[in-house]
Amino acid sequence: MAIVFEKPKMLTDKPTHYCPGCTHGLAHILTAKAIDKLNAKKVIGVAPVGCAVFAYEYFNCDMQEAAHGRAPAVATGIKRVIPDAIVFAYQGDGDLASIGMAEIVHAAARGENITVIFVNNAIYGMTGGQMAPTTMIGQKATTCQSGRDVALNGYPIHVSEMLSQLQGPCYIERVACYDVKHIKQAQKAIDKAFQNQVEGRGFSMIEILATCPTNWGMSPQDSLKYVEDVMCKVYPLGVYKDTTKEEA
Amino acid sequence: MAKVSFNKAFCKSCGLCIGVCPKHIISISESEINSKGYFVAEVLEMDKCIGCAFCATMCPDCVIEVEK
Repeated sequence: MAIVFEKPKMLTDKPTHYCPGCTHGLAHILTAKAIDKLNAKKVIGVAPVGCAVFAYEYFNCDMQEAAHGRAPAVATGIKRVIPDAIVFAYQGDGDLASIGMAEIVHAAARGENITVIFVNNAIYGMTGGQMAPTTMIGQKATTCQSGRDVALNGYPIHVSEMLSQLQGPCYIERVACYDVKHIKQAQKAIDKAFQNQVEGRGFSMIEILATCPTNWGMSPQDSLKYVEDVMCKVYPLGVYKDTTKEEA
Repeated sequence: MAKVSFNKAFCKSCGLCIGVCPKHIISISESEINSKGYFVAEVLEMDKCIGCAFCATMCPDCVIEVEK
């Protein structure tokens, strides 16, 4: 019998600290599989602050912990000093879209040759479910208990749409992982994002719509349904920018 | 003949594998608990498994290995 599915080599044997049903684990697996395929000699990841703060324990490569939101800036430095290494930043929405907004916008505008994995679960997971910049209108969080109100809290930020307006980025796509079909699509997107870096095409970012069963107050199954029915309507999936096609 | 094996120490009983199994053969054990205190996922009728690896693809904690 041949092995059809096994743990990627790029993941360590440590059990993750994520809550049951959290799709951060899936994002880790997809990223690890994409890196496995590259057979790269040197891989350096940058961990964020947030739920994925211990990502350095789970990825089987050199990792650097960045200050809150500064992962793209740290990744930029690493990539410029060691251009041969595959450098990726792994960030959540509180990290990337809030305190780290300046860093991601400028890294994208400069067209840095790095890959950013952006996990968007529309809430601050680690600190207890507060409203994030990506929290949807009407969505409940501990700091907007009757739902996000536009008059009081403004509108959510659509990061992929926003960054795709810049000239710098090479590839920006939004994917989800609420079923097997979409996980396979997400895998293809992440594979391409890393391949772009190998070919030196510039900045790639993959936004993954993820679940937070604990802070959404739902079961893991219902959370997946919520991503499919609600989140995908507010944050439409698809390729937002792809300069590799324009070149061809 | 396909076979799935569970790394039970990693299982968090989230049940995402149960939702995607086309043969509906995965269930949460009513008796077996791992060191973290979760009731683990298990397959009781292994001969019905078709080795599609949907469960392993969906598992966020890399608990499942599939052979076919």
